[in-house]
Amino acid sequence: MDTTGTFFLPPQNSTVASDIDFLWDFIYWASAAFFVILGVAIFYFIIRYRRRRQGELTTGVAHNLPLEIAWTVIPTILIFFVFVWGFKGYMKLHIAPGDSMEVKVTGQKWFWSFQYPEGASTVNELVVPVDKPVKLLMSSVDVIHSFYVPNFRVKMDVLPNRYTELWFEATAVGDYDLLCTEYCGKGHSEMIGKVRVLGEREFNEWLESAGGMGEGMTPAEYGAQLFKSKACNTCHSIDGSKVVGPSFLNLYNTQQMLTNGQPVMADENYLRESILNPQAKLVAGYDPVMPSYQGVLKDQQIDALIAYIKSLKE
Amino acid sequence: MSHDSTAALSYLQEPKGLKSWLLTVDHKRIGIMYLCAIMFFFFVGGALAVILRTELLRPERILMDADTYNQFFTLHGAIMIFLFIIPSIPAALGNFLLPLMVGAKDVAFPRLNLASWYVYVFGALFCLYSIISGAVDTGWTFYAPYSTTTSTSVISMTLGVFILGFSSIFTGLNFIVTIHKLRMPGMTWFKMPLMVWGLYATAIIQVLATPVLAITLVLLIMERLMGVGIFDPAMGGDPVLFQHFFWFYSHPAVYIMILPGMGIISEVISTFSHRKIFGYKAIAYSSLGIAFVSFLVWGHHMFTSGQSEIAAMIFSFLTFFVGIPSGIKVFNWVTTLYKGSISLETPMIYALMFLFLFMIGGFTGIMLGALALDVHLHDTYFVVAHFHYVMMGGTVMAFLAGIHYWWPKMFGKMYSERWAKVVAVIIFVGFNMTFFTQFILGAKGMPRRYYTYLDQYQPLHGFSSVGAWVLGAGFMIMAVYFIASFWSKRKVGDNPWGALTAEWETSSPPPQHNFLTDPVFKHGPYDYDKIAVVGDYYKQSGGTKMAEKI
Repeated sequence: MDTTGTFFLPPQNSTVASDIDFLWDFIYWASAAFFVILGVAIFYFIIRYRRRRQGELTTGVAHNLPLEIAWTVIPTILIFFVFVWGFKGYMKLHIAPGDSMEVKVTGQKWFWSFQYPEGASTVNELVVPVDKPVKLLMSSVDVIHSFYVPNFRVKMDVLPNRYTELWFEATAVGDYDLLCTEYCGKGHSEMIGKVRVLGEREFNEWLESAGGMGEGMTPAEYGAQLFKSKACNTCHSIDGSKVVGPSFLNLYNTQQMLTNGQPVMADENYLRESILNPQAKLVAGYDPVMPSYQGVLKDQQIDALIAYIKSLKE
Repeated sequence: MSHDSTAALSYLQEPKGLKSWLLTVDHKRIGIMYLCAIMFFFFVGGALAVILRTELLRPERILMDADTYNQFFTLHGAIMIFLFIIPSIPAALGNFLLPLMVGAKDVAFPRLNLASWYVYVFGALFCLYSIISGAVDTGWTFYAPYSTTTSTSVISMTLGVFILGFSSIFTGLNFIVTIHKLRMPGMTWFKMPLMVWGLYATAIIQVLATPVLAITLVLLIMERLMGVGIFDPAMGGDPVLFQHFFWFYSHPAVYIMILPGMGIISEVISTFSHRKIFGYKAIAYSSLGIAFVSFLVWGHHMFTSGQSEIAAMIFSFLTFFVGIPSGIKVFNWVTTLYKGSISLETPMIYALMFLFLFMIGGFTGIMLGALALDVHLHDTYFVVAHFHYVMMGGTVMAFLAGIHYWWPKMFGKMYSERWAKVVAVIIFVGFNMTFFTQFILGAKGMPRRYYTYLDQYQPLHGFSSVGAWVLGAGFMIMAVYFIASFWSKRKVGDNPWGALTAEWETSSPPPQHNFLTDPVFKHGPYDYDKIAVVGDYYKQSGGTKMAEKI
C-alpha cells in the first residue's frame, strides 16, 4: 500500500470512500470549531478571572435561558444532520448493485479464502476487476473474523454459521491491504491479505488461468508458489526458525516426536495426513491450531506441496 | 478554625491495630482500603500497558510471542476495567466522601459496605488466579465463540468478574439508600453537591445493569463446562447474542465509569473558581438523562456485526442523544469559569485537562456514532484512542483531580504542589503523545489487538510507545510524592481550598464518626456569591501577599 492520502485517512480507492471522507471532514471541522471556541474561552477566563484577592465574593448568576437553549438546540441540530448523513451512507454500504459480481469469502484461523463462481479459488488474495461492483458473501468456519479494506472504507464481520455480505467497487488498479479486524487468536495480526484490482482485460485473463494447476512448472516449483499463495508461510518457515508451526527445512524423512510421546517418520503419508487432518498426529511443542485443508487443496496441489517440502534440504 | 477540632482523634488514629481495619465498618476506612486495592491494580494494569507498548515499538518480536501478547492485552483491559476503573471513583472516593458530603455518620448499610470490599478482594483473587493458571487471551470483551473454544482459563476470569459484579451492586445499593435516607436536615435533593448526583446516577446503573453481565458470564461458563449451546454456533448457539448481552451491561458500565468523574469535575471547578456552579439543575438532570439513555445504546458496538439496518439506525440515533447531555455539562463547566475567582492548584489543573481531553473523546464519539463512518473506524486504533480519551482522559483525570483535591481531607497531609504540577504536565504530554497518535493510526486503518503490524504503521506506533513511557514515568513520580506526603510536617487545615461542601467543615482527617456535632444544612454547596472562605492552603502559602500586590 502506498502511504499517500490525507493526514488522517488512507487514499480513496472505492466509489463510497469520498462520501464517507466528506462526513469525516464535516464532523472533524465542526468539532475543531467547537474545540477552539471552548478552548479559547477557557484560557481567556482563567487569565481574565484569575484570583487576585483572597476571600472575595463572586457572581451568583447561574442561569441564562437563551444561552442554555442555544447550546442545547444548536448541537442537537448538527448531530441530527450527522445522524441522517451517516445513516444514508450506511444504507449505501449495505445495498449492493444488482449487477455485482459475486465471490464467496471464507474466514478461518488465520487466512482468507476466496471462491469464484467460475471455479477459481485463491487464498489471501482477492482478485477483482476495476470499476465493477463486487459482492462478497462471507462466512467463517471457526470464530468471528472481520473483513476490512481501509482504502475502500468497508468492513463487515465474518461469522460462523451465518452469511454476511459486503460490496465495493474499486476505482483504481493496484494492491490494497485486506485486514482481519475481529480478534481471532494467535495469528490474528497475520491474517492479512491483499485485494488485487486489475483492469477488466487482465482480470478476465487471470480468471481463465487461475483454474490451472501449475502448468509448465515442476511440482516443487508449483509447491513453492502454493506455499505462499495458500498462506502456509503464515505459520511455517523454510529457514529452520520455529514460528507457529514447525519449519519445513530438513523436515522430510526425519524422526519427529509427537505430543503423545510416540515418534513418527515425516514421510509422504505423514505430511499428507498433516495437511488434511492436522490434529491427528501433533508434533510436541506446538499448539493444535492448524485448520484442515480438506477441500481447500486439490490432490495435485498436495502432491506439489510435498514435493516442495522434500526439496527443502540443507 | 483549623485547629479547634484536633482534640478529637481522627479515623486513622482510633481504633488501632490491623484487626480494627480489617473488620471496620467505617466508610472512610473501607474507602481507604478500596483505594489501596485499586491503586495496586492500577499499577499492575499500567505496567502491562507499558510492556505492551514496548512490544509494539517495532513490528517484530521484542519482548514476547503472540500468545503472551494476547494474554497481556486481555489482562490489561480486564484489570483496568473491572478491578480499577469501575470501583475507582464510587467505591474508593465515593465511599469516603458520600456520607461526609451529605452530613451522615456512615453509609446506610455499613456491614454490607465491608462485605462489598471482601467480595471485591475475593473476585480479584479469581482474576489473579486466572493469570497463574494459564491466563486468558480473549480480550476483556470475552467474545464468543472464541471465548468458548480457547484453551486458556476463561472460567476463572469470568467467575472473578461475576463476583466483582456483586461488590459493585452492594456499593450501588448502599449509595442509593444513603442518598435517599441519610441527608442532613435541610439538604433537599437540589441542594446536594453534584458529586452526590453523579454517584446517585452511577448507583442506579450499577444496580440495574450489573445483573445482566452476571447472567451473561454464567451462561458463558455453563457453555464451557456443560456444553450448553447458547453462543457457540457449533452447538446451535448464536455468537451475536453474546455481544448483545455483553454490551447491554458494558455500555451502561462506561457511564458507571464516567458519571462519578463528572461529579468530581463539578466540585473541583466550582471550588477553584470560587463561583456558583452554572446550570446546577441542568448538570444534575443530565446525569440522570445519561444514566437512562445509556441503557438504550448498546448496539452501537455492533454496527458491523451483521445486525439489521433498522437496529443500527435506532442505536445510532439514540447514541447521539447521549452526546447532548454530555455536551451540556461541558458548556456549563466552561461557563462556571466566567466571572469566577480562579486559582490554578493541581486539582484544578487536572479538571482543565479533563475538559480538553473529554472534549476530544466526545467529538470522536460523534464520529463513531455516525453509521457510515463507524464502518471504517470500528475495531481500529481509532476506537482504542477514543475510549482512552474518555476513560483515561476523562475518568482517570477526574480521579486524579479528586484524589489531589481530597488528599488533605483524607490524610491531613499535603503533597508537594510543585511536583504535582510538574507531573500533571508530564502526564498531559505523555497521554496525548500516546493516544492522539492512535487516532491517526486507526483512521489510517490499523486494526486493534494486533501483535505485529504492517511496516507503514511503524513510525506512529513508535511515537505512541515513547508517549507511554513518558506517561508511565509521570505516574511513578506521582506515587513518590504521594507517599512522601505522609512524612510531611506541614499541617493541613480543615478547609484548605475554601470550599463550601460539608466534608470541609469537619477536621482533616475527620474523626471516627465524621462530625463532632450533628451537621445541619446552613448554606448551599456552591453559595460563593454569599460566603467567601479563604482556604487554609492560601493563608499558609502567601495568599495574603497576593492580596497586597493588588
